[in-house]
Amino acid sequence: MPIHYGSQIEEHHRVRESAGVFDVSHMVAVDLAGRDCNALLQMLLANDVNKLQQDGKALYSCMLNPNGGVIDDLIVYRRATDLYRLVLNAGTAANDLEWIAEHSKNFTVAIEKRTDLAILATQGPTARQITAPLLGEIPGLMELPRFHCLEFEELFIARTGYTGEDGFEVILPTDNAGQLWDELIAAGVAPVGLGARDTLRMEAGLCLYGQDLDPQHSPLESGLEWTIAWQPETRDFIGRDALTAQRSHANSLFTGILLEDRGVLRSGMTLLHNDNQVGVTTSGGFSPTLQRSIALARIDADVATDPAFTSLKVDIRGKQKAVRVVPLPFVKNGKITTAL
Amino acid sequence: MTDLPKDLKFLPSHEWARQCGNGELEIGISDHAQEALGELVFVELPEIGDRLDAGEESAVVESVKAASDIYCPASGTVTAINEELEERPDLVNESPYSAGWLFKIKPDHDNDFADLLDAEEYLATLEETD
Repeated sequence: MPIHYGSQIEEHHRVRESAGVFDVSHMVAVDLAGRDCNALLQMLLANDVNKLQQDGKALYSCMLNPNGGVIDDLIVYRRATDLYRLVLNAGTAANDLEWIAEHSKNFTVAIEKRTDLAILATQGPTARQITAPLLGEIPGLMELPRFHCLEFEELFIARTGYTGEDGFEVILPTDNAGQLWDELIAAGVAPVGLGARDTLRMEAGLCLYGQDLDPQHSPLESGLEWTIAWQPETRDFIGRDALTAQRSHANSLFTGILLEDRGVLRSGMTLLHNDNQVGVTTSGGFSPTLQRSIALARIDADVATDPAFTSLKVDIRGKQKAVRVVPLPFVKNGKITTAL
Repeated sequence: MTDLPKDLKFLPSHEWARQCGNGELEIGISDHAQEALGELVFVELPEIGDRLDAGEESAVVESVKAASDIYCPASGTVTAINEELEERPDLVNESPYSAGWLFKIKPDHDNDFADLLDAEEYLATLEETD
């Protein structure tokens, strides 16, 4: 996947305004099959796969180490009672697979890395209506609810994505992916690269593994408490004890940051309050939708009690500039949600 | 790339300078630099009247990818800045050698300009790093 196909900013706008396609085949689909895969996933994931009460439902979750740090963030799909599909980040997949294999020794589970599959994500307000006819006459496809998937012949289609827009993620045999890509482009869908993928997900307030998520930080420190299934208390998932201890003294807040001055926020910039370091940006960049620079950041929780909390400074290469703490996301379904 | 304007002289760090005729130097970044940086979203310029030394950090250009310092090709005093870039940083991408100029200086002397790389020498440095 290239950084861009010409203009990163233009690609970003195309996804917000009409439709774009991302070749995310570098991500890794893994199928878990067997009578114990539910039990295995209940142990491996901080979210509870038992929330998937029927086939064709999807769940976002972190996979944690015993310290509560994030090994990876992933989507798990329930294909059948004893068949689940995980989609893993490319950079973490090898480590994930080792971790999963190591913990599956006492479980009856077959783990299959699907190297035969490609993944094309079509995203944007018109993405579904353009994509659907190209996939064939698939019953129920346009009625597929968000965060659900369906399978039809060799196609696996999920109504999920990483842009804050509606759309499909289509997992299909690699041999057929080129043709679908060409048909999408011919139908007017813009090819979109990694650069726009990053600004789109940042505007949508979605975490990127390796920047906003890492093995040193728990989901509680990356705004992902909603992905932790604390109930039932009897479910003993890896990292639970560490998270429980951390939860009793919440020590950071994950939030959006809007640059009030001119300039560009990047990851790793220090946030200041009355000249004290109170946080750090984990992702940052120029938002083409807001036409302002934005960041995701981790801020000390005790600063949040200060009424001036929403006004902080950021250190941009030695110069202090004004920033405002704002709720995530910045953009939802094409609309700016941040007061500018 | 091969048709670099012949009136320009360069720093190896991809800044160019042009003699304006009134004794001033116009400063910008090369086509190669804007291409490598990608789409610009912000340009921070010096202020009129600022004193700059040759090789000093004088401006910052920020693209969708990264920030990059701009070094001043000659010692002198800033006489003009390209104010259009505040709204249109992409002019640097579109037109690096004319509409996308960054600022002008009144050089202290002619020696710094004379010491810069000519177009051919600059092109040779690009080939070395390719």
